[in-house]
Amino acid sequence: MLYINCPHCGMRSQNEFSYGGDASVKRPELNKEVSDQEWDNFVYNRKSLRGKHLELWQHISGCRQWIKVERDTVTHEIFRTFKADEEVA
Amino acid sequence: MTQAFRIENEGLINRAKKLSFKFNGKTYFGYEGDTLASALLANGVHLVGRSFKYHRPRGFFGAGVDEPYAIVQLFRNGETEPNIKATEQELFEGLEAKSVNCWPSVNFDIGAINNFLRIFLPAGFYYKTFMWPKSFWYRIYEPFIRKAAGLGVASTKHDKERYEHKYEYCDLLIAGSGPSGLAGAYAAAKNGAKVILAEDKPRFGGSLLTSDVNIGNQSGKDWAEGIIAELKTMPNVVVKNRSQIFGYYDHNMLVMSEKVSDHLPSTKKYHPNKRLWYIRAKEVLISSGSIERPIVFGNNDTPGVMLSSAAKEYLKVYGVLVGRKPLVFTNNDSGYETAIEFKKHGVDPVVLDSRKNSESEIIDEAKNLGINIKNSYVVVAAQGYKKVKSADIASISEDKKQLGKIENIQCDCICVSGFWTPTIHLASQSGNKTKFKEEIDAFVPGQSKQNEITLGAANGVFSLEETLKSSFTAGSELSKKITENDNKIAIPNVVEKKSSQHDKFWCVPLPKGKNYKRFLDFQNDVAVSDVEIALREGYRSIEHVKRYTTLGMATDQGKTSNLNGLQLVSEIENKVVPAVGHTTFRPPYTPVSIGAIVGREVGKHTKPTRKSPMHSWHEKNNAVFVDAGVWLRPRYYKRGNENLFEASKREAKNVRTNVGVCDVTTLGKIDIKGPDAAELLNRVYTNAWLKLPVGKARYGVMLREDGIVMDDGTTTRISENHYHMTTTTAQAANVLSHLEYYLQLVWPELNVNVVSTTEQWAGAAIAGPKSRDLLRKLFTNLDVSNEGLPFMGYMEGDLFGVKARIFRISFSGELAYEVNVESHYGNFMWEKIMEVGEEFNIQPYGTEALSTLRIEMGHVAGSELDGRTIPFDNALEGLVSKKKDFIGKRSLQRTAFTAEDRQRIVGVVPLDKQTSIPEGSHLVKDDKAPLPNPKLGHISASCWSVEYDNPFSLAILKDGKNMIGQKLFAMSPLKNKVIPVEIVSSHYVDPKGERVRS
Ligand SMILES: [Zn+2]
Repeated sequence: MLYINCPHCGMRSQNEFSYGGDASVKRPELNKEVSDQEWDNFVYNRKSLRGKHLELWQHISGCRQWIKVERDTVTHEIFRTFKADEEVA
Repeated sequence: MTQAFRIENEGLINRAKKLSFKFNGKTYFGYEGDTLASALLANGVHLVGRSFKYHRPRGFFGAGVDEPYAIVQLFRNGETEPNIKATEQELFEGLEAKSVNCWPSVNFDIGAINNFLRIFLPAGFYYKTFMWPKSFWYRIYEPFIRKAAGLGVASTKHDKERYEHKYEYCDLLIAGSGPSGLAGAYAAAKNGAKVILAEDKPRFGGSLLTSDVNIGNQSGKDWAEGIIAELKTMPNVVVKNRSQIFGYYDHNMLVMSEKVSDHLPSTKKYHPNKRLWYIRAKEVLISSGSIERPIVFGNNDTPGVMLSSAAKEYLKVYGVLVGRKPLVFTNNDSGYETAIEFKKHGVDPVVLDSRKNSESEIIDEAKNLGINIKNSYVVVAAQGYKKVKSADIASISEDKKQLGKIENIQCDCICVSGFWTPTIHLASQSGNKTKFKEEIDAFVPGQSKQNEITLGAANGVFSLEETLKSSFTAGSELSKKITENDNKIAIPNVVEKKSSQHDKFWCVPLPKGKNYKRFLDFQNDVAVSDVEIALREGYRSIEHVKRYTTLGMATDQGKTSNLNGLQLVSEIENKVVPAVGHTTFRPPYTPVSIGAIVGREVGKHTKPTRKSPMHSWHEKNNAVFVDAGVWLRPRYYKRGNENLFEASKREAKNVRTNVGVCDVTTLGKIDIKGPDAAELLNRVYTNAWLKLPVGKARYGVMLREDGIVMDDGTTTRISENHYHMTTTTAQAANVLSHLEYYLQLVWPELNVNVVSTTEQWAGAAIAGPKSRDLLRKLFTNLDVSNEGLPFMGYMEGDLFGVKARIFRISFSGELAYEVNVESHYGNFMWEKIMEVGEEFNIQPYGTEALSTLRIEMGHVAGSELDGRTIPFDNALEGLVSKKKDFIGKRSLQRTAFTAEDRQRIVGVVPLDKQTSIPEGSHLVKDDKAPLPNPKLGHISASCWSVEYDNPFSLAILKDGKNMIGQKLFAMSPLKNKVIPVEIVSSHYVDPKGERVRS
């Protein structure tokens, strides 16, 4: 079970969180003309990365905040975590 | 019965407490502190089972967790449990056990015929033979194998035992209480670290309990007892015996199974049988020790052949002699320790040492005691069927290829030592890449991956002095980092007999003309010849060889067989062992009870049970409940002998003619506040929300980004910047997360707050033509006329002193209202409604009537919004705004979603107006068409229409828009029904929706 550092609450076990997928996906802006390909990429197409991956988790049984977690998909090592509005450098 | 093999003045058992037990129906006696294995051996019982494949007789091979043979079926307190190792099961009064793998009995076993047919049972036998012909598998092979083999029988009864889960956090977790575990724990504890010390056996001390060493001028055993006694007094230390750490998971999470009650005749009241600990440790110190390795020789599976360390443990811990004429066969000094213990207790052993010459303190001691030692000698084969009677021995050449003249010597047990294999399972599970250590012919942990360190024998260090030194140091260094304390501990003096080198020798060659089975894996009956076949047939990867031969795949996971298997592969392949590599170690290290893994989450505890504030009223009024997600809801209220059908029909009819009341507390409720609340709703729902006035409700549908309907419900504008959203019961949690996702990540600029208020409000739906009359009497000060409170209107009122919210919304299609009060007034509200409603013939209605009412009105619910339908499919396209953008809108342009013959909701009526259509039935054009009969749609919901008094169903049907009036067939192969049906509009009752506005 992973041990995730919620930027709002501190170290918490994985069973308090729910997984939210790739954090690098950006929703196309509202009311903007979007091509089929762009929309497909947003809704369906995801890379299955091996290695460092920025992903979303929600601290569902805690502060209910969505957070970003930088995790290695092979070793499960977690490098850094960010608040939803924090820029990932 | 006498315990003929029990000796005086030795062992840690409690001779004051004699215990009786039964094995295979026969009564024996043992002592408190025995294991089932030691007690049987004390009684001279060596035959405990039959092997898995050849059904050869099986005895005891080890004395603990590594035991491959002595697996029994245990009976305790009216329950039975399979796969229990006799070497681990502690004796208790009244224990009963039976052999497994033998039918009809352990002494006469029909499967043993496999032993004589073994030419037909080589490696891959099961793959090759039983795969063909396939039809034989179920009828012939499997029933036979199941009866003749198998590792015991699982109980079919409900498990009465309780199992608990516990979460724990510590600075240092120490796995194993041998010398390194004790030293590490002691040093860390002295630095004030929070320490958990886990030992799988009942007694702490590990190898110190049996070895002849001195630490700080005391015996090893006394030193261990002193340390444990001191640790137990320290508030920062938890010491746990009977506790096996079986898995090392991500981020230093380890799982431990504590056997709380297995050593007792029955579990004490309020105690669990087992407790599963999830331990998050800052640092882990692995001190899991090592397991003695067998040497492979002919018939090395005969009962009476066992590990030399096990023989020593039976003697030193349990006061049991495993034989009176022991033969010790060793390639290192460990065998001498066992031989010396025998000699000290008046038994004359013969030692066969494969080494040509070896000198050490301990060998000198053996010589001084007059023990018969034969160097460059090996056991070629054990003789005897159900028990060792003698051994064929021979001298062996220095290159270990040539055997001398075979001699036969009498013996009743053969104690084997092929050196030691570090127990690296936990380190390996942690992600540590292990490395091969040439000097000890075994793998040891390499670079640490997580915060873990392996010490002592588990790390391939077999000198006690070195072990203690490194473990004290590690314990104090690791704890110092955490607690910043630095209490120096003096490392005690150690006196141990120095050992010499072991002989890199593990397998005795076959003598000319003999074809003895030489076993590698004792539980799965994998012999040297099987691995040779696998390699001849082209298997190369050790993982493939393992699966093909089943080497190391039994319940002992190859604890005694893995390394010898690797040695063999490397020898045949002419590769070094590290190049062959070992198979992956996976948790659990030992089998863990399913009950322990499940814990308390059994039966109704698998999920929380949520009850509305009116629950007790429902109970008192004969409600029959149904699970709705995690909620319990009244399905119907039983009157007299009514069944579900009769009751729900009565309740629904009463709504259509008078007035009914339904508990709708379970609906999800979300409070939405903020200046941008309307904008959020406008983006989340498919229809327009910006112009909804205060005091009005609106029905809305929300989509996922892929265009599929996620949920529906009404949202009411309570005040300027305050909305009250309702969701379906099932989707409440998902919708909240969905809103939070967009607010926190996608549109953080929106100034809105959302919070779940599901549990804050109790809800009652009042529906039926007389509902307004009732409302007038409930809220006497309010104008609830059609003008004062129109359809989709909202007001706040005073319900006999309680603040209430009144929504004019309808799910039943009738004139209806929903009243909400704060939860703790829920029961008050309900009782008032029933009391005041009496004159209008009010009746409560449950979910069954609720469904009936919504189905015949054509209102969609969860069975239509099933994660596969878009708004059009549910006839909700009128709610999809063409002007504004919203979540999922772009997906609605997908080709499949705009197809001419797109599926759509329809009504379905059986032609005979009698036969109810099972939900899930498929709609087809031709009921006689060959299979697979093309499916046009499916029945999503069925009811008995109270309006028309005939069955009515909703269906999602291909090209449903153009199918009205068509005749089709509803087929339910599950219910074996074919029903001719007519397709009608989904709005079966009041298609214009006049009643809700009346
Ligand atoms: Zn949090």
